[in-house]
Amino acid sequence: MLSILRSIWYTFLHAFHKRETQGYPEKLPYLPPRYRGRIILSRDSDGNERCVACNLCAAVCPVDCIALQAANDENGRRYPEFFRINFSRCIYCGFCEEACPTYAIQLIPDFEMGEYDRQNMVYEKEHLLISGEGKYHGYNFYNVAGVDMGVKGTGKGENEEAPVDLKNLIH
Amino acid sequence: MIKIQIDGTFYEVKGDRNLLETCLALGFDIPYFCNHPSLGSVGACRLCAVKKFADADDKKGRVVMSCMEAVTEGMRISVNDPAVKTFRAAVIEGLMTNHPHDCPICDEGGECHLQDMTVMTGHNYRKFVFKKRTYNNQNLGPFVQHEMNRCIQCYRCVRFYRDYAGGKDLNVFGSANHVYFGRHKDGILESEFSGNLVEVCPTGVFTDKPLKKHYARKWDMTNAPSVCMHCGLGCNIIVSERYGSVRRVMSRYNGSVNGYFICDRGRFGYEFINNPDRIKKIQFRPSKNNNLQEAREVSETGLSEIFKSGKVVGIGSPRASLESNFALSALVGKNNFFHGISGKEQKLIQKAVSILESGIAHSPSLKEIEKCDAVLILGEDVTNTAPMMALSLRQASRNKTLGIAAKLGIPKWNDNAVREMDQDTKSPFFIASSFSTKLDELADEIYNAAPGDIARFGYSIASAINSGAPVLIHPDEKLQNRVRKIADALSAAENPLIVTCITSGNEDILNASANIAIALSTAGKKPSIAIAFPECNSVGLSMLDGGSLDEAADTISKNGADTLIILENDLYGRLSLKNADSIFEKCRQIIVLDHLMNETAKRADILLPASTFADSVGTIVNNEGRAQRFYNVIQVAEPVKESWRWISDMVKISEKNNDYTWDKFDNVVASLVSSYPVFSGIKEKMVSADFRFFNEKIARQNKRFSGRTAMNANISVSEPKPPQDNDSPLNFSMEGYKGDPPSSLIPYYWSPGWNSSQSMTKYMDEPEGHLKEGGDPGIIIFSNKNKSSVDYFKNFPDPFKAKPGELLIVPVYMIFGSEELSSKGETIAERISEPFILFNEKEITKLQLIENEKSKFIINQVVITAIVKHDNKIPDGVAGLSVLTAGMQYTDLPDLGKVLST
Ligand code: SF4
Ligand code: SF4
Ligand code: SF4
Ligand code: SF4
Ligand code: FES
Repeated sequence: MLSILRSIWYTFLHAFHKRETQGYPEKLPYLPPRYRGRIILSRDSDGNERCVACNLCAAVCPVDCIALQAANDENGRRYPEFFRINFSRCIYCGFCEEACPTYAIQLIPDFEMGEYDRQNMVYEKEHLLISGEGKYHGYNFYNVAGVDMGVKGTGKGENEEAPVDLKNLIH
Repeated sequence: MIKIQIDGTFYEVKGDRNLLETCLALGFDIPYFCNHPSLGSVGACRLCAVKKFADADDKKGRVVMSCMEAVTEGMRISVNDPAVKTFRAAVIEGLMTNHPHDCPICDEGGECHLQDMTVMTGHNYRKFVFKKRTYNNQNLGPFVQHEMNRCIQCYRCVRFYRDYAGGKDLNVFGSANHVYFGRHKDGILESEFSGNLVEVCPTGVFTDKPLKKHYARKWDMTNAPSVCMHCGLGCNIIVSERYGSVRRVMSRYNGSVNGYFICDRGRFGYEFINNPDRIKKIQFRPSKNNNLQEAREVSETGLSEIFKSGKVVGIGSPRASLESNFALSALVGKNNFFHGISGKEQKLIQKAVSILESGIAHSPSLKEIEKCDAVLILGEDVTNTAPMMALSLRQASRNKTLGIAAKLGIPKWNDNAVREMDQDTKSPFFIASSFSTKLDELADEIYNAAPGDIARFGYSIASAINSGAPVLIHPDEKLQNRVRKIADALSAAENPLIVTCITSGNEDILNASANIAIALSTAGKKPSIAIAFPECNSVGLSMLDGGSLDEAADTISKNGADTLIILENDLYGRLSLKNADSIFEKCRQIIVLDHLMNETAKRADILLPASTFADSVGTIVNNEGRAQRFYNVIQVAEPVKESWRWISDMVKISEKNNDYTWDKFDNVVASLVSSYPVFSGIKEKMVSADFRFFNEKIARQNKRFSGRTAMNANISVSEPKPPQDNDSPLNFSMEGYKGDPPSSLIPYYWSPGWNSSQSMTKYMDEPEGHLKEGGDPGIIIFSNKNKSSVDYFKNFPDPFKAKPGELLIVPVYMIFGSEELSSKGETIAERISEPFILFNEKEITKLQLIENEKSKFIINQVVITAIVKHDNKIPDGVAGLSVLTAGMQYTDLPDLGKVLST
C-alpha cells in the first residue's frame, strides 16, 4: 500500500522536472558541425567541382554504396561523369570523407532523409553537389598535385620548380 | 641445384637467375623496380638491397644489390637485416623527393608498383622540404599517355622499347638529376609494342590512353582470362569490364606463348566491342526490296518453314570459335558447310597445317622461337602479320651473343654487361621478302624478289643443305653464294627455324620451306617451321570438314539455296564484289550472325546479333596448334546471343536433329568432340563449367570491387542477383576461391602487397617461368605423324620476269588496318594509313607516277586508288599494295595489275 502511494508521489513529482521531449520538427535540435549525416560533394575556392573521381571513397565504403565514373574535361581535368550514393545502404560511417584526398565528399549535420519510396534514397551528382566549400575552406587539390590538367601549368604548383630544360646540360 | 642460406634457412635453388629473382621465386618480398625477368637487370634503382655475408663467420656482411648478384653455392644472405631495411626505405624516400604524389588522379593508382614498393619498405613521410623537379610531357600518340613527373628513373621503359623490342624513337635524355624518358619531340610511338610500356613502367609515367577515356580502377573491374582475336598467334589476355562495357585489355602471362607482353593490335583492338555500329538487335527485312527493319522477334513460324523446306547452306568463319563453326556445320550438314575463306587461302592453310602435322619440322611456340639460333624468313612480314612473333624473333637473334657471354661467364640476366660485351654480333638471320620489312635490320642476308623467286630461293637453299633435295642452282654466282651461306648457317645451327608464309598467297613458298625442313632433318637437325596464320582460328577451322567460299559460290550458283547462314564473316572482305554479289543473289533468304555492321550484314534478310569474345566462351586454335579457351567478361544480354546458341535455336525450330540442340557451352564441346575426336583434348584437359576449385568457382572480381549496391541503383534500388554463369567455372562477382586459381582461369593478378601486374611472379614457378597450378594454358592438338612419309616437293615455279606495262602486285599487310575487327576500334582507326602502293624509285619514274600522290591502278577489273610511295627493296615490275579491310575494295593478291592511265 505504502509503495503504491510512494510511486504515485514520484510520478507526480515528474510533472515538475525539466522536459526531455524535443519540439521536433518545430524546434530543430543542435547538431555539431562534425555530425555525420547526409553526404554532399563540395566545390573548391574557384567554384570548380572538387571531386577528381579517384574512387577512393567508393573503395573504402564498407557497404559499397558509392558508384561513380571518371571522365576528363577538355583540359584533361578529371571529374566524375556520374556520382551516385545509395543512401538506403549508407551507414554514415564517414569513411568516404576520411579517404577523400580532395575534401570533396563531406558528411554534414542533416539527417532528415526519410522517404516513403526507397528509390528516392538514391542520390545522383546533381543532388549531392553543393555550390560551396563545405566544412573545409581554401583547399584546391590541383594546386598541390603535380599534374597539368588545365588548372595550372607544369611546374606552376605550390612546391614545384620550373620544368627541366632538356637541352641544357648545366644544372 | 645450389644450396644457399637466407636469414638462417637453407634453400635449394637452380641458380640460373639472379639473386633477386631467386628470392622472389622462393616467396620472399624483396622490393625492386628496375629488374624485369625478361629484360634482365642493370642495377639502376638500388632498391633491391640485401645483405651478403662473406662466409659463415662474417657477422657484419655488406649491402649488395640482389639483382646484380649471381647465386653461388653456399651463399649466405639476409633479406630482413635491419640495415638493408633502412637502406631500402631510404632509397624510396630519395626517389619520392620529386614525386608528384598524384595518386588520386594517376591512372596507375591501385595497381602501381611504386605504391606497393613504398608501402613494402615502410617509407611514409616526406621530409624533403625543397621544391620538386618537373618535366614537360609529350603527346606520344593515341595509345600511350605520358606524365614524366612520376618517373623514378628505373630505365625499364627504354630497355624494353629499345633493347628488347627494337624501337628507335624512345630514349633517355638529359643527365644527372634531370634524366628524361621520351621521344626527341612529340609524336606517335612507332613501335608495334608501345602499349607494353604501360605494364613495364612501374609508375604512372606511361599509362593506357584509351583506358583514360573511360577510366576504372583495377580493383573495380570485372575480369576474365581471354585470348587475343586479332591474329593467328593467340596471345593470352585479360579483358576487363566496368558498368557493362569493356575497358581494357592487358597481357596475361603464358610462359609458352606471349610471356609478359602483347602487341598494340591485341591491346587496343578490343574497342570494336564498344563501336556504335555493334549489332545489338534482331533486324528483319520483310521483303527483298525493303531496308532492314528492327523486329522485336523473328517470327518462329517463318523460320521453321525455312528450315523445314529447302536447302540450307552455312558459311563459317576463321574468326569465330570452334564451337560456333561446329554448331553451324552440325545444323546444315557437313556437305553444306563451307569455311568462309577463299579456295586459295583454304588450300594454303590446309597445306601449312599438313606440313606442321607431318612431323618434318617442329611447330614452335613463341617461347621456343626465342630459343632458335638461326632464322630464315621466307616471304613473311612478321611484324605486321603476327607482331608478337617478330618480338620473339628479335630475341632469337640475340642467342649468339648470349652464347658468347655464357662462355665468358656473363649470365643472361646481366643485361648491360651482355650488351656491352658484344654490340654487333647477331645469330644467323636471313630474310627473303618482296619488300622491306622492319626485321631487315637484324638480317645478315636479305633477298628481295617476287614471291615465286622467293620460293625458288628456298628450293635452292634446300638443295644446298642436302643433295637429296630436288636440285635448283641459281646461275647467278653471287646469288648462289648467298644461298650456300644461308644453307651452311642453317646446317650449323642447333635449332634452325624457318618462318614461312600464307599471307603472300604463294604455295610454292610453303613447299620450299618444307623442303628446307626435310633437308635439315635428313641432315640430322631438328628444324622448326613457324607460320603466321591469317586469323585467330584459321587453324581450328581448317580441321573441320568443309569446302571453301569458292565451292560455296559454285554450289549455290548451280543448285541455289533456300537459306544461306553466314557466321561472323564479311564475304566482301574475301571475295570480289562480283562473286560476293552473285552468292547473295542466288539465295532466297540470308541469315547473318555477326557483331558489327558490314557489307555482308547489310545484305541480310535476318540479322542476328552475335556476342563477341568478351561475352561468350569459346575455343580457338593458334598457329602452334594450341587450342586455347577464352572466357566471357560480360554476361551476354538478350537479344544478343552466342552464335552457337542462335544456331542451337535454329536446330530446335527446324526439328531436325535433337542431338544438336545445346543449352550449355559444354554440351557443344561434347558434340564437337564426338564428331571430331582430334579435339578430344579440349574436352578432357580443359576445365568444364562444372569445375570447382576447392568446391568453389573462381571470382571474376577483386575483393575490393566497389559500388556493388549503387551501380544499378539508378535503375532499381533493390540490388539484382549477380548474373549466373552456366558456361564457365567463373563467377560474375567477388565470391569464389580466394587463392591462386588454376592457370587457365586466372582472371587478374593480385597478391597481398602486390597490387600491380608485377604480382604475376607469384603465379609462376619462377620469374619468366611457367604458371603454377596446371602449367601454361593451352592444349596442343597437332598430331605428329611419322616424318618418313613426307617427300620433297619438286615443282619449281618459273623465275619471275617483269613484262612491260604489267605489274605483279603483292599484298603488304599492316598491323593496323589489315585485320577486320581491330580496325573498327576508334583508337586503332587513328593509326590506319590510307591505301598506299609501294614501288622502287626507278619504277616510279619509269611509270611516270608522282610520289606521295594518289594514282589509280587496275587489278583484275578492280580499280584501286592508292598513294604512291617508294621502297627501294621492291624488285622491278613488282608493286606492294596495302591490304586494308576498310576504305579499299577487296582484290585477291598477288595478282597482275597495271597503272590506270587517266
Ligand atoms: S574520394 Fe573524393 S575525390 Fe575521390 S572520388 Fe570520392 S569524392 Fe571524389
Ligand atoms: S605513379 Fe604510383 S605513386 Fe606515383 S602518383 Fe601514380 S599511383 Fe601514385
Ligand atoms: S618512365 Fe617509367 S619505366 Fe621509364 S624510367 Fe621512368 S619509371 Fe622507369
Ligand atoms: S601478336 Fe597477334 S595474338 Fe598476339 S597480341 Fe598481337 S594481334 Fe593479338
Ligand atoms: S632491382 Fe636491383 S637495382 Fe633495381
